[in-house]
Amino acid sequence: MTHSFDDDTRDVPPAEQAMVSPTRRKISLGLATLPFMLMSRPSLGATLPTAKVNTTGLAITDTTVTVGQLHSATGTMAISETGSIRAERLAIDQINASGGILGRQIKIIQEDGASDWPTFAEKAKKLLENDHVATVFGCWTSASRKAVLPVFEKDNGLLYYPTFYEGLEQSKNVFYTGQEATQQVLAGLNWVAKEKKAKTFYLVGSDYIWPRTSNKIARKHIENVLKGEVVGEEYYPLGNTQFGSLINKIKLKKPDVIFADVVGGSNVAFYKQLKAAGVTGDKQTLLTISVTEDELLGIGGENFEGFYSCMKYFQSLDNEANQKFVAAFKAKYGADAVIGDVTQAAYLGPWLWKMAVEKAQSFDVDKVVAASPGIEFKDAPEGYVKIHPNHHLWSNTLVGEGQKDGQFKVVYKSELIEPNPFPKGYQ
Amino acid sequence: MAWFSQFGTIVVMQGFNGLSVFSVLLLMALGLAIIFGQMGVINMAHGEFLTIGAYTTYVLSVLTQKYVPGLQPVYFFVAILVSFAIAFGIGYLVEWLLIRHLYRRPLDTLLATWGLSLAMQQTFRSVFGSEEVSPELPNWLMGSLEPMPGLDIPINGLMVMVVTVVLTGTLLLFLYKSQWGVKVRATTQNRVMAGAIGINTSKVDRLTFALGCGIAGIAGAAFTTIGSTGPTSGSLYIVDTFLTVVFGGAQSLFGTIASAFSIAEVGSTMEFFLSGSMAKVLTLSAVIVILMIRPQGLFAVKVRR
Repeated sequence: MTHSFDDDTRDVPPAEQAMVSPTRRKISLGLATLPFMLMSRPSLGATLPTAKVNTTGLAITDTTVTVGQLHSATGTMAISETGSIRAERLAIDQINASGGILGRQIKIIQEDGASDWPTFAEKAKKLLENDHVATVFGCWTSASRKAVLPVFEKDNGLLYYPTFYEGLEQSKNVFYTGQEATQQVLAGLNWVAKEKKAKTFYLVGSDYIWPRTSNKIARKHIENVLKGEVVGEEYYPLGNTQFGSLINKIKLKKPDVIFADVVGGSNVAFYKQLKAAGVTGDKQTLLTISVTEDELLGIGGENFEGFYSCMKYFQSLDNEANQKFVAAFKAKYGADAVIGDVTQAAYLGPWLWKMAVEKAQSFDVDKVVAASPGIEFKDAPEGYVKIHPNHHLWSNTLVGEGQKDGQFKVVYKSELIEPNPFPKGYQ
Repeated sequence: MAWFSQFGTIVVMQGFNGLSVFSVLLLMALGLAIIFGQMGVINMAHGEFLTIGAYTTYVLSVLTQKYVPGLQPVYFFVAILVSFAIAFGIGYLVEWLLIRHLYRRPLDTLLATWGLSLAMQQTFRSVFGSEEVSPELPNWLMGSLEPMPGLDIPINGLMVMVVTVVLTGTLLLFLYKSQWGVKVRATTQNRVMAGAIGINTSKVDRLTFALGCGIAGIAGAAFTTIGSTGPTSGSLYIVDTFLTVVFGGAQSLFGTIASAFSIAEVGSTMEFFLSGSMAKVLTLSAVIVILMIRPQGLFAVKVRR
């Protein structure tokens, strides 16, 4: 029972999971509840009739509230989205165990976007128009978010989106629980410029919108603020598996820092081939914004040792709330499960929604949205976060050094950074 | 002078890189060259047979670590053989269950094997989980040789090269010097006549298909050293694989070798002077233009169906 291929709970629908290992599930729920006992309030259901908390016809009864979950459980993106599905379920289980929201237990309708953007839009429509869910936790890629956005805006739905992304978006109907690009990129570059005295940078990415936008921000910051030099900027098609020529070019230019946002299967090939070409952490500084604990499962810790990743959360983060979160996650999904940045951000979604609903004393989307800015989640696993009026989160950015065991050692923590999805001077 | 020696090492490393891309292309195209080239089956599930090899390596690496950690440095060779065996076995089954019913319907084969590839991907996902895994590779395999300062030759690249050379040699021997090879070539060139002189063509087909799949399994095992291992890893290679085989001239194994070599060298040279995406676009355009002028590919063999 040490490796993932015989982990009995993997990819099994929750109902069956309960049948597979009822004890483990009970224990994990019990454990999970502990930290939240103090937070739970006395049941308000009796005092708040459904007619009062739900004036727009959402799927809410006196005892339950239905929410939607919309990720890719199948297809290419399942690799990335599984962690988010799990984290949201964990948060919802914990909220239910601590008394639910306004005295109502949360029921989940899970839909599969199947890594296909039109399917995402269709399923979003189904969740909002047929199921009348109170909110949706979902999407991972920007493409899927862009596909569902018109649906959420038309039907006035609510979406909690977990992934760090390129910014340049803000919608009344969406809360972005991951970081936008400037939050993630600038702090990391500042750190590497100060700590490693870096002057020259080589930017490498997969060829689509997120790496290109992030690198654009990075380039402006390097040239205008840090007064450094970008000695190369390269993009490779998604799924590219050969990086030999690129690595030779990097060797020729000898940059102080390689700044990388390569994704997917390419990511694994990139780091394996870097290591094989003798480009390792002890000789070359590399800073990436696309490697979390999830990616390291595929890359292998030994191929990333000594390189740096810039995220707002690492599993190894040393604080009480995080230790409880990690323990609950592992109790539910097995000791080998790892938690990356997006997984933690997905975990925030249900909690932030709960806080907003309780502040608004209503499930109505307009009231929840109005109540959200200023809400603080003081002991989130990543630390303190606060909802900004622009629907993104104030958060800290961390720099983690890759370790052989596939974890990160946090070497730097920034101040609390204001989200700025439309950065002036960076476009 | 320092600049010159640096220039020299880059030229050497870049030359090595071209050869290394060549062996990767050839290794993944070999299996398909047999299946598509010799048998005319458009096997869209070829990438998934690569994935079988990759996951076999992963499972063996886990088992080795658990039960016989002492053998860790050499398990990789066993993994290559086991990958071949497993992919061969599954290929044999697939031919018997699916492909043999479709020999006269090439377009249906395309759909059927595409469906098969989706089913296989989802099976990998259900069995191994949707996240990528990383086989623990022997340490000696992951470093680089450094014959002089600044000159790093990747050992995993060398490894892939050795596997490719050995496999290609063996395959050529088999095809051109063995009884079985004669039968395969006879069947490809004139199926009816081959049957008439007593060759059991359906048995030859089954073995040929299984062999192609087995070779894909070996490629998959070798690629764990340079690439990812996940449910869809194999599909990353499928386009390049078809490109190589078609460009070379479907019936000719030498054509496949020549085409892998030219695509790899042109691609990696352009990648060095242009950006990655642009190099890919130009390489593909060149291939398209050449195929327009010469639809039969670089090397054509006369066959009668």
